[in-house]
Amino acid sequence: MRLSAKSATLIVLLALVALSPLLFPSNFYYRVGALIFVNAIAVTGIVILTGYAGQVSLGHAGFAGIGAYACALAPVHWGIHPGLALFLGAGISGVLAYLVGRPILRLHGYYLGVATLGFGILVAMILTNERALTRGPDGIDVPDLGLRGLLGDLGLSLSNGQFWYFFTGLCMIVGAWIALNLHDSPTGRALRALHGSEVAARTVGIDVAQLKLRAFVISAVYASVSGSLLALQNRFVTPDVAGFMHSIEMVTMAVLGGVGSVLGAIFGAAILTLLPQVLTVFAEYEHMVLGLVMILVMIFLREGLLPSILKKLRGKDE
Amino acid sequence: MSELLQFLFSGVTVGAVYALVALGFTIIYNASDVVNFAQGEFVMLGGMITFAAHAAGLPLPLAAISAIVLTAALGVGMNKLAIEPARGAPVVSLIIITIGASIFIQGAAQIIFGKQIHSYPAFSGDTPIGVAGATILPQSLWVIGGAVAVFIALWLFFTRTLLGRAVLATSNNRLAAQLVGINTNFVMTLSFALSAGIGALAGVLATPITLTAYNVGIAFALKGFAGAMLGGMGNPKGALVGGFAIGLIEALTAGYLSSTYKDAAAFVVILAVLFFMPQGLFGRKSTDRV
Repeated sequence: MRLSAKSATLIVLLALVALSPLLFPSNFYYRVGALIFVNAIAVTGIVILTGYAGQVSLGHAGFAGIGAYACALAPVHWGIHPGLALFLGAGISGVLAYLVGRPILRLHGYYLGVATLGFGILVAMILTNERALTRGPDGIDVPDLGLRGLLGDLGLSLSNGQFWYFFTGLCMIVGAWIALNLHDSPTGRALRALHGSEVAARTVGIDVAQLKLRAFVISAVYASVSGSLLALQNRFVTPDVAGFMHSIEMVTMAVLGGVGSVLGAIFGAAILTLLPQVLTVFAEYEHMVLGLVMILVMIFLREGLLPSILKKLRGKDE
Repeated sequence: MSELLQFLFSGVTVGAVYALVALGFTIIYNASDVVNFAQGEFVMLGGMITFAAHAAGLPLPLAAISAIVLTAALGVGMNKLAIEPARGAPVVSLIIITIGASIFIQGAAQIIFGKQIHSYPAFSGDTPIGVAGATILPQSLWVIGGAVAVFIALWLFFTRTLLGRAVLATSNNRLAAQLVGINTNFVMTLSFALSAGIGALAGVLATPITLTAYNVGIAFALKGFAGAMLGGMGNPKGALVGGFAIGLIEALTAGYLSSTYKDAAAFVVILAVLFFMPQGLFGRKSTDRV
C-alpha cells in the first residue's frame, strides 16, 4: 500500500513531535522545539502564499506582530482571555490582509515585494512608536494562557517547557493538516495553476485576483497565530517580532527547506531555528556562517534542502 | 520660509544618498534582473574602509579612493561567486541570495571593524553656510555635488561610449546583445563594479554627516530599493527622482508632522503610488508573454 503524500507528511510530523523528547538531554530542548514549531506555523503560511500561489511577501512579520500584541494588549485593555485574544488577533490580521491585499496583490514580483515590505515596516513602526499603548521598543508583558494550570488541575502536570512543546507541536500539526488539505482542494489546484502561469489560469476561468487574496489572507492568519503563540510562550513581546528581519527569516526558512512542500518548509524552520543555537559556539562568526548557508543552499540546492535531498535518495533507487 | 528651506536642504542631502543607492540597484537590475539587497552594505563599506584607512594614517582622499576600489572589487567578487552561479533561479531565491550576502558582509564587517560607530572629519570643515536664513553643511554640498557628478558621468557613459551602449543593449535584450558580439558576462562584471563603486562613494561622502556602523547598510538598502521602485525599477531617471523624493518626503514629514514616523511616510507614499501606477512613476508597462 502506498501512503498518500498527505498522510505520510502528517505521520512524519506526529512521530517527530511525539518521539523527539525521548532524545532530549535537558528541559532546554523542549524550549528550542517549541520555538521550531512556532516558526513552522508561520512558515506553513508562507508555503501557501509563495509555494502554492507563487506570490512573494517581505512583510509577513507585520501579521505576526499583530497576533503577538493582540495577546499582550486585549487581555489588559478589554479583559479578553489571552486564548481568545489569539483568535481576535487572527481575525484582525485576516481582515487587514484582505483590505491591504486587494490593492497590492495586483502588483508583481519585486513591486509586490516592496509593497508588502512597506506594510510590515508600518506595523513595526506603530508597535515601536505608540508607547502609550505598546510601551515601545522595550516590549510588554503577556498574560498567562492558563491552559497549563488547567491541565494540572485535571491531573496532567507538565513543566512549562513540556507544555509549550506539545501544545505548539499540536498547533503545528493542525496547521500542516489544513495546508495539506488545501493543497488537494479545488482552491489549491487553482492556486498552483496561477503559480504556473497567471494568464493561463485566467484563460481557464480562474478568478486570479480573488484567489491570490484568499492565499494572502490565509497566510496572514498563520503568521498571526504564530506571533500569538510566541508571545504567550515567552510571556513577553517586543516590536522585533514585526521587524523586517523576522519577515525575511520566515521567507528564508520556507525557501531554504523547500517552499513547494509543507514538510520541506517545516524542515527549513527547524534548520534555521537550530542553526543559531549551534552557531553560538562560533560566537562572532554566526552572521557570516548564516549568510554563507543561505547563499550556498540557494545556489546548489535550488528547490530547497528537503526536496533536493529526497531527489538524491530517489535517484539512487532508480 | 527659512524653515522650509532648512527641511529641503536636509531632504536633498539624504535624497542624494538614496538616489545613489537606487541608481546602484538600477544598474545591477538592468544587467541581470537581480535586485541586490546587499547594495546598502556597499554604502557601509565605503564609509568603514575610508575610516579604517584614514585611521591607519592614509590621507583622506587616498583612503576614500581605496574604499571605492576595494568595494567595487568586492561587488565583482559577489557577482562571480554568488549571482552568476544562480543564473535562472526564481525571484525569491535571488532575494535570499543577496540578503544572505548582505548578512555575510555585515558579519565580516562586525569582526573586522568592530561594533562601534565610526566617522572621520568632513572634507571642508564643519562651519555651516548660511543661505537665506537657513544653513547647510559644506559636507552636504559634497554629497549633493558628488551625486550630480555621478549622474552626469553615468549619462555620458551610457549615451556616448561604446561600452556604455553595450551595457544598455544587454539590459534590453541579453540574447540579442550576445548575437551582435557583446561580451555579456563582462557587462555583468562591469555593472556590479559600477554599482558597488557608486554605493561606496555614497558612503564615503555621507559618513561625516550620518556616521557609520557595521549595521547601517540595511536601512540604506530599504530606502534605496523603495526609491528605485517608486521611480519604476530599471529606469535610471526613475531611480534619481525616486531617491530624491524619498529623501524629501522624509525630511518634510520629520519637520512638519512627526520625526518618529519619518521612515513610515516614504512607505505610505510608495503604497499610494503603486496603487495608481503599479509600475512606479516612470516604469514601462510590461506585457506577459504567454
